[in-house]
Amino acid sequence: MSDNPFSLWVYLSQSPLLWLTVTLLTYAVADAVSRATRRHALANPVLHSIWIIGAFLLLTKTSYTTYFGGAQFVHFLLGPATVALAVPLYENRKVVAAVILPMLVALVVGSVTAIVSVVVLAEAAGLPRTIILSLAPKSVTAGVAMGISESLHADPSLTAVAVVLTGIMGAIIVTPLMNRTGITDFRARGFAAGIAAHGIGTARAFQVDTVAGVFAGIGMSLNALVTSLLVPLAVTLLVR
Amino acid sequence: MIASLSLILLCQLIAEVVVRGLGLPMPGPVVGLLLLLLLLLARDRFAALARGPLQGDGVEGASRGLLAHLSLLFVPAGVGVVQELHLLAEHGIAILAILAVSVVITLLATVATFLAASRLLTRERETP
Repeated sequence: MSDNPFSLWVYLSQSPLLWLTVTLLTYAVADAVSRATRRHALANPVLHSIWIIGAFLLLTKTSYTTYFGGAQFVHFLLGPATVALAVPLYENRKVVAAVILPMLVALVVGSVTAIVSVVVLAEAAGLPRTIILSLAPKSVTAGVAMGISESLHADPSLTAVAVVLTGIMGAIIVTPLMNRTGITDFRARGFAAGIAAHGIGTARAFQVDTVAGVFAGIGMSLNALVTSLLVPLAVTLLVR
Repeated sequence: MIASLSLILLCQLIAEVVVRGLGLPMPGPVVGLLLLLLLLLARDRFAALARGPLQGDGVEGASRGLLAHLSLLFVPAGVGVVQELHLLAEHGIAILAILAVSVVITLLATVATFLAASRLLTRERETP
C-alpha cells in the first residue's frame, strides 16, 4: 500500500494501463447506453466517449500525449480494421458487382463534393489558410486524412479532430436525412455514409443494415484512395 | 485466431512496404484491403490456398470481430480535441457549421448520384 495516495496517482496517470482502461470502459458504457436506446442516432457512442474522456483529461490536467500513450493501442487498430473490410466486401461481392458502375460515378461526385464544399465554405467564412487546408481531407478515415494534412504542411491534429467531428455528425444525421428524403435503397444510403463520414459513418451503417454497412465500407475505402489524389489538386485550384 | 490476425497484419505490412517502396500516393491499409480481397478470391479458385486462416471461418471471423467495434477505434483521435480547444474557442462555431453543411451536401450528392446512375445504367441495359 502506498503511503501517499497522490504518488499512486502520479504513477498510474503516467502508465498506459490507466488510459487504455479509461478508453475501453468509457466506450463500453457509451455503447451500452446506445444499445439501451436501440441505437438512437444522438446516443452515438463515439461522441459521448470523446467528451467524457476529454473532460476527464482536462480535470486531471493530463496531457493528450500521456493519454495517447495508452490509447495508441486502440488507435493502431484503425489500419488492420481497414484491411478487414475486405471480408464483408468479399462476402457481398455479387451485390457489389451488380452496381459497380453507379458506385464509381457516385464515388467521384461524392469525393469531389466533400472536398470542394468544405474548402469553398471555409474560404467564404474567412478562416485562416492553415485551418482550410486542415479541414480539406475531413471525409476520409483518420490515418489517411492526417497523412494528407501533413503533406500539405497543415495541422494533422486539427485534421484528426475535423475527421472525427465530420464522422459523428454524418453518423447522427444520415438516418433521419435519408428517411426524410424517402430514400430506401440501403446500398445508396450506406455508400453515401461511407463517402461522407468514413469509419464512423460505416459503423453507423452496420448498425442500421448489413448491406448498408458493406457499401459504407466500400465507399470509405474507395474514398481514401480518391481523396488522397484529389485534395492536393483541389487545394491548388481553390485556396488563395 | 492468432493466425488470422497475423494474416490481416501481414497484408497491411506488405502493402505498406509496397506503398513506401514505390512512393505510391495511396494509403497502405487500403492496398492491404485489396491484397486480402485478392487472397480470398484466389482461395475459391485454387483449393491449395484453403489452409490455416483461409479455411473454415478463420480470417472472416477475426475481421468481423475487428469491425464489430469499428467506432471505438476513432475515440483516441477524437479525444485529440482537447489539444485544439484554443482554435475551437476562436473558430469553433464556423468550423462546426462548415463541417455540418458539408457532410449534408456530400451525403445528398452521393446518394442522388448513386440512384440516378443506377437507374440510368439499368435502363440502358434493359432497352436492347
